[in-house]
Parts: sequence; structure tokens; C-alpha cells
Amino acid sequence: MAERVIYATYDDDHVLLDGAKKLVADGVHITDVFSPFPIHGIDPVIGVKHTRLGIVAFLLGLFGLTLAIIGFRYFMIHDWPMNIGGKPNFSLLENYPSFVPVSFELTVLFAAHGMSIIYLLRNKTLPGMPADNPHPRTTDDRFVMEIRLSDNAGFSSEELHQKIKGTDIIEIEEKDYVVIK
Amino acid sequence: MEFQISDKAKKVIFGTIGVGLVAFIIGAIMDSGSEQFTTRLFSNFLIDGFFFFAIALGALFFLALQYATETAWSVMIKRIVEGVASYVIVGIGVLAVLFLVITLMDGAYTESHGHHVGHIYAWMDSEIVEHDALIAGKAPFLTKWFFWMVTIIYFATYFLFYRGFRKRSLQEDIEGGTKIHMKNYAKGALFLVLFGYFSSTSSWHWIMSIDAHWFSTLFGWYVFGGMWCTAMTTIMLVALYLKKKGYLEKLSDHHIHDIGKWIFATSFLWSYLFFSQFMLYWYADIPEEVIYYHFRFEHYKVIYWGMFMINFIIPMVILMSREAKRNAGILAVVCLIIIIGHWTDVYMLITPGTMGEFGNIGLIEIGLFLTFAGIFTFFVLNTLTKAPLVPKNHPYLDESKHHEI
Repeated sequence: MAERVIYATYDDDHVLLDGAKKLVADGVHITDVFSPFPIHGIDPVIGVKHTRLGIVAFLLGLFGLTLAIIGFRYFMIHDWPMNIGGKPNFSLLENYPSFVPVSFELTVLFAAHGMSIIYLLRNKTLPGMPADNPHPRTTDDRFVMEIRLSDNAGFSSEELHQKIKGTDIIEIEEKDYVVIK
Repeated sequence: MEFQISDKAKKVIFGTIGVGLVAFIIGAIMDSGSEQFTTRLFSNFLIDGFFFFAIALGALFFLALQYATETAWSVMIKRIVEGVASYVIVGIGVLAVLFLVITLMDGAYTESHGHHVGHIYAWMDSEIVEHDALIAGKAPFLTKWFFWMVTIIYFATYFLFYRGFRKRSLQEDIEGGTKIHMKNYAKGALFLVLFGYFSSTSSWHWIMSIDAHWFSTLFGWYVFGGMWCTAMTTIMLVALYLKKKGYLEKLSDHHIHDIGKWIFATSFLWSYLFFSQFMLYWYADIPEEVIYYHFRFEHYKVIYWGMFMINFIIPMVILMSREAKRNAGILAVVCLIIIIGHWTDVYMLITPGTMGEFGNIGLIEIGLFLTFAGIFTFFVLNTLTKAPLVPKNHPYLDESKHHEI
């Protein structure tokens, strides 16, 4: 049997947040929330772990910096030393002040672009990828809560429906869980 | 809840002032025989007078910035910012007396056995200027009357704006409404414009003119960067202290996190300006410009680079993560390190120019720093006792209470 999932739709982010708090207090596990914009304070309520994107950005920045230093060492010191204003072109360390701006730029370039691309990849939202949200209007003015029955083994489907209906929803729907694409 | 300085805090503050004074006096007695003694005293009063004045001025600037940008989150720490800024009154007094004495002594120029041993503002001595075409060419900027004219304008502006902001802030507690808010908005924007000019020109007059032959167009920003960073650090320390003592229960981790971001960002701003100034001179390598750095590298290598590394690397590495910006223990340690680091920065701005290669950090420096730090802390905390810690009728108060990031 396919996994069953309940989608509860709200038309206001604060109503959804209050509903989520109430449901979680009742012991319901909310798998995910879909919304057109970030809902402040929803992460700790539904138990979403803090993003690791910051660590990714740091590593990418480190990668950019390393690449920059290796590049300078090869281009400007080893392969083709150039005399620019009489600055020491035989030593990476002594000539390093002139390389600082480019080191900074490459660090930022790799961190920023890499972070954006990895973010889009991880969310599967690169341009052209099929949409993954359960309700098309979650990109416009609807807020949807996803509750999987397998995550809430302690409750029957009817009990869950009963609980969710007590939270000012505007629409509720139960269907087979399908992973799009 | 009204804030009261606890007896324990009073003991610590007065103890610090006492220890500082004793250290200062012992240091002064030990050093009184040396040729640079007078110069060293003046340098120290200028370093600490300016350093603590700059913290208050940075806070005043931050207050104006929050008004001009109508920032909501910072309403919760507004009284802390005002408290730190209130020290401008003392700072102005200290600097005014110091400048007056220096002016009366023709730039505190001292001689021993017929040769020049040190000065604060050599350009105030007409005998030197007579034989120095470079300084003479900088008249009327580097003349006593011009120095005093603009210094009085700076002091008057800072004092009046501080008094105005404080008065309206207390008035808002009683009256409410948005009229005062809009007035603060306009005055804040006006202050930013004036401060943009004054922060640069005042640092040229007060600090850059110590090395009268040398100049840097970026100097004002550099001093301003350090000032802003220290101000944010001090605001953070006061906020952490109040929170630890159980005041300001609405001051959440989110507010602390935001101040932490400011410390992180302004540390970068300062480091960026340090490096921008350094790199241009390093690259051009023009003798009369590069002498400034050459002299510091030759005689103060460890302290100069150590100061830069502390002020740049420590905030960057430690405050990068989100958790560190929400951890009171880590923050307090980093803040104290930054304060000492930036004091060393001001020390490096002034001492090599006044003392030449004879500058060192001994009992006089440490003692006077502790004395000033104690007076500063007492004055700031004392201002905090005079008004409720949370503003009552600020239009964005509710938004700040629910601030979340």
C-alpha cells in the first residue's frame, strides 16, 4: 500500500503557525510546510533542523581562497614573474599584499555562487525542474502543511483529520504520497 | 523595571579605578626621571581620552543611524545605546581640558639638553613651523585658531545632538505619538550628514596631525571604523551584563545575535579600511608616505601586527557561527579581547608619532586605561539608572519585542 499523506491548506501564515503549535502540542508530527515566503518561527515548532548551508558557504569560501593562492603562486611567481612597480615577484609571501583583493574576490565569488547553486540543487529548484509542491498556490497565497500517516503511527486517519480540522484550515485532502519526477 | 547599580558592581568599579590610579601613580613615579616623561603623560591622556570618547561617539552615531533608518529591532537596546553615548559629555570635558593644556604648552613640545625629545602637536610650535616648509604649507588648517574653531564646533554639535536625542527619548515615554519619532528621524539623518564630515576632519586634526608631515585621505574612515566597532562591542557588553542581572527580560537571543552581527561586520569594516590604507602606501612606496608604516614596522612590529591580527582574526573566526553570536560566555570573552585590541589600535595611532621609538606599554598605560574604564563604566551605568530600561511609547516597540531572526 502506498504511503498516505494529509495536506492541510491555510490562507494565513500566522494561523498555520498557531495550528502547527497546537498540533505539535497534541503529539502530531508535521513533516513539512510549504509557503510562498519564509514563516518566521516555524522551524523549531515542526522540528526542522537548522540549515547546513552556512557550513557549505564556509567550505566553498575556503576552496576559493585556496584556488586563488595556488593560482597566484603559479601565474605570478612561478610561471611568469612580472615586475609590477618593483614589487617582489620572487616570493608569494612578500608579494601577498597585492594579491589580497583578488583573494577576497575569489573567496566571495565561490562562496556566493556555489552557495546559490547548491541551494537550488538541494531544493531541486534549478530553473526548468518540475515543481515539487503539493498545491500550486503555495507559490502564491496558500500555506500547506504536510502530515504523513507513517510518521504518526499513534493516530488513525480519522483522529488526525479531527485534530487538523480544529485549526482554522480552509481545505484538507488525503491522498497517496507521490514523489514527483 | 528600573535599573540600579548593585553594591557589588560599585565595589568592582571603584576598585578598578583605585587599582588603576595606584598603578598609574607608581608608574609615573618610576618613569618621572626619563626624558620622554611629559610626552608620555600627554600621549596617555590623549589615547584614553580619545578612546573612551570615541566609544560614546560611536554609540551616538549608531543611535542616529537607527533613527534615520527607522530600525525596529534596536528599540529594545535603545536605552543602552543612549547610556553608552552619554559619556560624550565627560569625553568632551576630558579632551577639551587636554587640548587646552597642550595648546598652552605650544603642542606639548619638550626639549632635553637642547634637543627635541617629543611632542604631541609639533605644528603648534611656531619655532618648528618656521623651519618646516611642509607644515607651514598646511596653514591655516594646522593652526591653533583653526584647530580650536572646528574643535568647538565638533564638541558643540555632538553635545547638542546627544542632549536632543536623550531629551526627546524621555519625552516620548510620557507623550507617545509619532511626532517625536518623526523629529528624531529628521535629526538622525542630519546628524549622519554632519558626522560624515566631522568624523573625518576631527580625526585629521586630533590624531593625524601628530604625524604632521604625513597624510592619508582614508584616515578618518579608519578611525571611524574602529570607533564603530568598539561602540558595538561596548553596547554588547552592557546588554549581556543587564541580561545576566535579570533586567530586560524581553531582550532575547535574537537581539543579542543582531548586535553580534554588528560586531562581526564592523570588525571587518575596520580590517578592510586598515588594509586599504596600508596596501595603497605599500604599493606606491613613496618615501614620505610609506615612512608612517616603515616606522611602525621597524619599532613596533609585534604590537602593530598583533593588534591587526587580534582585531581581524578573532572576531572573524569566533563570531562566524550562529551559535557563538548567541552564547553569552563566548561573546563576553571576544568583546573584552576586541576592546583591548582596539585600545591598542588607538595606542598605535598616537604613540609612534609622539614618543618616536621610545613608546612602550607599562604601568602608566595600563593604570590610566583602568582608571578611564572605571569612570566610563560608572557613568554609563549611572545614566541607565535614570530612565526605564525599555522605552515606553516608541512606535516600533512592539515589533522589537517580537523581533525574530
